[in-house]
Amino acid sequence: MAESALPVQLGVIGAYLVVALAVGVAAYRLTGRDAEDYYLAGRSIGTVVLLFTTFATLLSAFTFFGGPNLAYAAGPEWILVMGVMDGLLFAILWYLIGYRQWLVGRAEGYVTLGEMLGDRFGSNRLRALVAGVSLFWLFPYVMLQQMGAGEAIVGLTDGTVPYWAGAAFITLFMIGYVVLAGLRGVAWTDTIQGVFMLGIVWVAVGWVLSSAGGLPAVSASLATNRPEFLALGGGVYSPQWMIAQAVTIAFGVTMFPQINQRFFVAKDARVLKRSFTLWPVLVLLLFVPAFLLGTWAAGLGVSVPEGANVIPVLLNAYTPAWFAALVVAGAMAAMMSSSDSMLLSGSSYLTRDLYRPFVNPAADDEREAWLARIGVAVFATGTFVASLFRPGTLVQVGDTAFGGYAQLALPVLVALYWPNTTRRGMLAGIGGSQLYYIAHVFVPATTVGGVTVFGSTYLTWDFALYGMVLSLALTVGVSLVTAPDADERTERFSVGTRAD
Amino acid sequence: MPRKKRDYPWIAVFGLLVAFGIPWFLWGSTATWVGLPVWLWWHIGWMALAAVAFAGFTRGAWDRGMDIDREGADG
Repeated sequence: MAESALPVQLGVIGAYLVVALAVGVAAYRLTGRDAEDYYLAGRSIGTVVLLFTTFATLLSAFTFFGGPNLAYAAGPEWILVMGVMDGLLFAILWYLIGYRQWLVGRAEGYVTLGEMLGDRFGSNRLRALVAGVSLFWLFPYVMLQQMGAGEAIVGLTDGTVPYWAGAAFITLFMIGYVVLAGLRGVAWTDTIQGVFMLGIVWVAVGWVLSSAGGLPAVSASLATNRPEFLALGGGVYSPQWMIAQAVTIAFGVTMFPQINQRFFVAKDARVLKRSFTLWPVLVLLLFVPAFLLGTWAAGLGVSVPEGANVIPVLLNAYTPAWFAALVVAGAMAAMMSSSDSMLLSGSSYLTRDLYRPFVNPAADDEREAWLARIGVAVFATGTFVASLFRPGTLVQVGDTAFGGYAQLALPVLVALYWPNTTRRGMLAGIGGSQLYYIAHVFVPATTVGGVTVFGSTYLTWDFALYGMVLSLALTVGVSLVTAPDADERTERFSVGTRAD
Repeated sequence: MPRKKRDYPWIAVFGLLVAFGIPWFLWGSTATWVGLPVWLWWHIGWMALAAVAFAGFTRGAWDRGMDIDREGADG
């Protein structure tokens, strides 16, 4: 990192922390003392904030680091995967799962997915299973964010601040911030950040293009140096791989606690309609420029050192150091804001779906709001301690989290629409597919009688897709052969005319 | 008209949008236009088209499949 960039980066991060704190305090003053207000901002979020908080929460670090790295290494086709995944499939699921959950949640006052399913199927066991599965995948994922942020600080300060101190500082700030701000504050900072990132990525495109001689020149160098990048497909990009990635991530995203919980927070149906329409537009505006930058870097012959990210290297080569620093610091701040949301949702699953039903059913609303904040601290401290030891197992779980969440999506979809779904069907569908998926993550591939089992694909298709089919088959199949118990309340999900 | 029948065109529209989100007919094509691959222009046009289709859905067909009275759910 260039000498002159350090003050700028520290300045941007410092400015971000100050803005975040100010927003947090403002949000705190507006937030009531009950859990619904803390977790869901009193179901009062408008279009722009909902759109950007969902977007920023999910993709911030990937947009500037992981995604462009992939485009640099393998070509820009990931743009198309992104389009199918987030612009189309997720938008449709936003309606099918999100709108439905919003209707049901508003009528019945649900705050978490587990709570909704547990109430409908009269089963604390189901509630705990959903929360447990969600936390199982979330915990290592948050740990990965903390590791990333800690490493970024080490890189930023050239090792002056050790890894543990960087990670500890970020953890403390996040705990303080989330405890104070609740969802309202988290959503507001996400929005500021989302708008900032969207603006800055286009500035970066303009700057790189103009210093590299314009689009025709950049395009020509790509055609000369990496002609294979212009062709659709090739390399890692096979149709099977692209479809599997788009499908598993789109379905997985809907079950990520911090995304799923956002289905409950919209102010009214108009907010959901507008954001539904705007998904493809946002995907277009953000990912095309971000991934083109990575692609152009390959064409321009920018060489990226081992372990570094392509965007900072490219920007250092073609734009002033302060601008590169601005983008890097913005991306780091984004990483923190994703973690904020995950902490908040993780703590709600912990306190509402595990602590309250099993440890202290009598806890009142105010007490629960306090527990929620303690939950944030416990969760963040846990992931921080884990990030110091970096157990390989946890890293592996975090890396496969999207597929793990994707296994939940179809049983939930079935439950939302099919009144004949039974508790046993849900337990079988969720439990069975999770066992299948986890076995494939951990059991090494072996060949039995010429067929490879526990490998990454069957007949060239990703194993996660088969897991999703299994989850659907188990949920529907077991529901067909079992009768609902007396305490299963189908009417909870029949939203009927109560939408108003 | 029965609810199901009115839903079919939208199911078809969503299905088409997803199916051709990746322009399979351009597989392997290296053609470019104004410096960018043609398949990328397809993506740009397709996302714009999807936004228009989604806007149409929210205007005329929102609440499909939700079992809600249209009158009661304009939110």
